[in-house]
Amino acid sequence: MQYQSQSVAKPYFIAAIGLFIGQILFGLVMGLQYVLGDFLFPTIPFNVARMVHTNLLIVWLLFGFMGAAYYLIPEEAERELESPMLAKLMFWIFLVAGSLTVLGYLLLPYAGLAKITGNALFPTMGREFLEQPTITKVGIVVVALAFLYNIGLTILKGRKTVVNIVLITGLIGLALMFLFSFYNPDNVVKDKFYWWWVVHLWVEGVWELILGSILAYVLIKTTGVDREVIEKWLYIIIAMTLITGIIGTGHHYYWIGTPDYWQWFGSVFSALEPIPFFIMVVFAFSVVNKRRREHPNKAAVLWALGTGVMAFLGAGVWGFLHTLAPVNYYTHGTQITAAHGHMSFYGAYVMIVLTIISYAMPLLRGRAAANSNKAQVVEMWGFWLMTVSMVFLTLFLTAAGILQIYLQRASDTPLPFIVVQEKIELFYWLREAVGVVFFIGLMVYVWSFFVKDEEGKSA
Amino acid sequence: MDDQAKPQLAGDLAMWIFIYAELLVFGIFFIGYAFTRAYNIELFNAGQATLDKELGAFNTLVLITGSYCVVRAVTAIRQEQSPVCVRWLGAALASGLLFLIVKVFEYKDKLAAGYDLDSNLFFMFYFSLTFFHFMHVILGMVILGFVLLKTQRGGYSASEHRGLESAASYWHMVDLVWVVLFPLLYILK
Repeated sequence: MQYQSQSVAKPYFIAAIGLFIGQILFGLVMGLQYVLGDFLFPTIPFNVARMVHTNLLIVWLLFGFMGAAYYLIPEEAERELESPMLAKLMFWIFLVAGSLTVLGYLLLPYAGLAKITGNALFPTMGREFLEQPTITKVGIVVVALAFLYNIGLTILKGRKTVVNIVLITGLIGLALMFLFSFYNPDNVVKDKFYWWWVVHLWVEGVWELILGSILAYVLIKTTGVDREVIEKWLYIIIAMTLITGIIGTGHHYYWIGTPDYWQWFGSVFSALEPIPFFIMVVFAFSVVNKRRREHPNKAAVLWALGTGVMAFLGAGVWGFLHTLAPVNYYTHGTQITAAHGHMSFYGAYVMIVLTIISYAMPLLRGRAAANSNKAQVVEMWGFWLMTVSMVFLTLFLTAAGILQIYLQRASDTPLPFIVVQEKIELFYWLREAVGVVFFIGLMVYVWSFFVKDEEGKSA
Repeated sequence: MDDQAKPQLAGDLAMWIFIYAELLVFGIFFIGYAFTRAYNIELFNAGQATLDKELGAFNTLVLITGSYCVVRAVTAIRQEQSPVCVRWLGAALASGLLFLIVKVFEYKDKLAAGYDLDSNLFFMFYFSLTFFHFMHVILGMVILGFVLLKTQRGGYSASEHRGLESAASYWHMVDLVWVVLFPLLYILK
């Protein structure tokens, strides 16, 4: 660790992993509720479990992104963070606000939470992924502004590199797009239209910039390949992301009441969205092949390569599967969407956060460059258990989705939704089983932080 | 003619990846156009009849002239003549601007006649294809403007003008797309 203030990243990373565990637990609850509808009812109804599962994911990824920025920006800008105090303060504000919100979801009926938090004054609640009370949303904006101020000034007063400029561009975009969560028109078409500006332009737009820059940073550090080479790759990845991703928003506008031309725009542009992810795979592997040194942190390199591959599969391939309008006509809102959602979030964003944690955490904990071999082996076990089980989870959901589409929408004698759900139960059981394996993988991963090395020091 | 003895990529590889990606987007749209047209020949012929072929042809000449200017600009810098290069780049920019002006008049005409993106399939293609191209002309002009300023500051020389070549290649791509787009939309029956 070259700069003292980089250490503020540590609590962010720890919180991220803690919330990740919570997210997976609620995922397991929901997975079981798919087959045993009454499980934990009425304590944790399905809709609440789902809300907690998705909201925790977003919040812990945000913790991860902020931790990544606090860690890598001082090093890139070659100066201490503008205000480490502010970063620490924001950490606690974000953690407390996030926890209170989740407790609100769990302990109160949603309508009651809306009432207490004064949703009637400025209604923004009740929309998928944006369920947070308005006051929490305001809190997110405050934290985001303080965060951007902090890293923005650090960059402005320090060295500007392609990596930190791309990263802050992505983070500013993230904050700007979130503002659309405050726009809540009565017209349902308009509501959905702009809702996607938060949801889609995050994950298929600005977040990809964050992903690209973190990946570039870790590859620069672990391979010793020239910055110039890596920066050129980053430029191409960003250009392709924005060319395809922005108008690619159209693939959400097929059936919501928007004009027909969106079927063309959405299909053509989003069909090309796999390209930046494919370039990312080629990028990661070619840079690692050209490495000028053997970095002792093998686990971090594994995570970096894994991110490239899994993001391409989950976001690129599984996204393409159902992105063309004539295909999406059948697949819309089925388990195919769930399959894609799981593998793309894991492959792109979960893995990039775990990549930077894998690289930075040993340094934050005062190791020379990496954890002991023993700890790295355990970490890699975590990598493989989580990644392989996520592949199977995706395949089972895809199988469930294909069956669902056929039985419910494509066959000559279509069956009602709930009848079909019972018929594809087997795949939901299989999904739950690999979900348990994923959780075991996560526990192994967490355990890797506590493995003692040869001299008996905790890794 | 050393360049021919040892074939080299004109401009940066990154720019070529970008160019091919752009061509891919347009290519997919062209294929979509071809298939849709095959199923709606009458509609497409009727739509095509409303287009102003003369303006389209004029604009084709304008863009080809622009490409010629860019070629002369690259030749000039290879002979270490920065001021000449700047003038040719200026001429290329002017041709781009002329193209945009003509196109704006065409759009005004179509909108005044009550056609828009939502009128029918033909006009969906007409407006989206030409407008995406329109935006690319603007981007091409921004890139040309950038290298023009750099040339003015003496940023390129006979031995080092990779950036200029990259800009020229991009501008040729903008031209190329129009050369396919024009017959496809305006002429082909």
